[in-house]
Amino acid sequence: MAEKTVAGKTVEVTDEGYLVNRDEWSKEIAAELAKEDGIELSDKHYEVLDYLRKESAAGTSLSIRKVGKSGITDIKGLYKLFPGGPLKYSSKFAGIPKPASCV
Amino acid sequence: MTEVKETPLKKVIVICAKASIEDVYATLIMANGAVMEGIEAKVFFTFFGLDAITKKQMNKLHTGVVGNPGMRMPGGLPFPTLLGVIPGVEAGVSSMMKKQMDDLDVPPVDEFLDMITAGGGEVYACKMAADMFKLTMDDFSEHVKAIITVGDLYAMSGGEGTQIIFT
Repeated sequence: MAEKTVAGKTVEVTDEGYLVNRDEWSKEIAAELAKEDGIELSDKHYEVLDYLRKESAAGTSLSIRKVGKSGITDIKGLYKLFPGGPLKYSSKFAGIPKPASCV
Repeated sequence: MTEVKETPLKKVIVICAKASIEDVYATLIMANGAVMEGIEAKVFFTFFGLDAITKKQMNKLHTGVVGNPGMRMPGGLPFPTLLGVIPGVEAGVSSMMKKQMDDLDVPPVDEFLDMITAGGGEVYACKMAADMFKLTMDDFSEHVKAIITVGDLYAMSGGEGTQIIFT
């Protein structure tokens, strides 16, 4: 665990850079974390992040298949939004734990 | 002392030569997992593994219930081989396995291939096996990019950080 200053706020993050406390999340933090990974967040990105935060809070175990069926975007679109890590990057920017899923 | 330097994995070639549910899914999960981590993935189906990309067979895969020591009854008792030879038992066990995977959000084969190709993964069929089973591109699902030789496969397996995985 480490502390990190993101968007002017000090937050606790895991070794892989995921927020420890989801309540510390804000849109600004998401934008800055995404920028570090070379991604500029659009409204579509935020729609995915909102969906992930909602599902994660409800205790759903997340997968790209679920996001693909959410109606926000299909799996191809999800890869376009978060290249090289459709679930690992989106979860990171959404301030939720890294998904422990193999699919 | 030599210094150990880790080379990150950049590309995987996953080969599947069998048609049982567990063999095909091992391949699909390895390939999809790679794509999801930003690792380039190419999947090569050969011999009975071709069932996984043959339109007529891909969503009807079975798991072997005869001669499979890992197979157990619900509750943990060994699954008697003699039970496995009764018609319908293998189909029943197979549909139960598919149901259990579906509960874990593991999709059917065609949808799994959709996911892999959506992420840029590539699917190939083995030329020799396709010739042997008299299968052409028309028999294969739309996910299959080409029918290739083993030489072609090795030609695309170059580069630092590449691994070939035979499931």
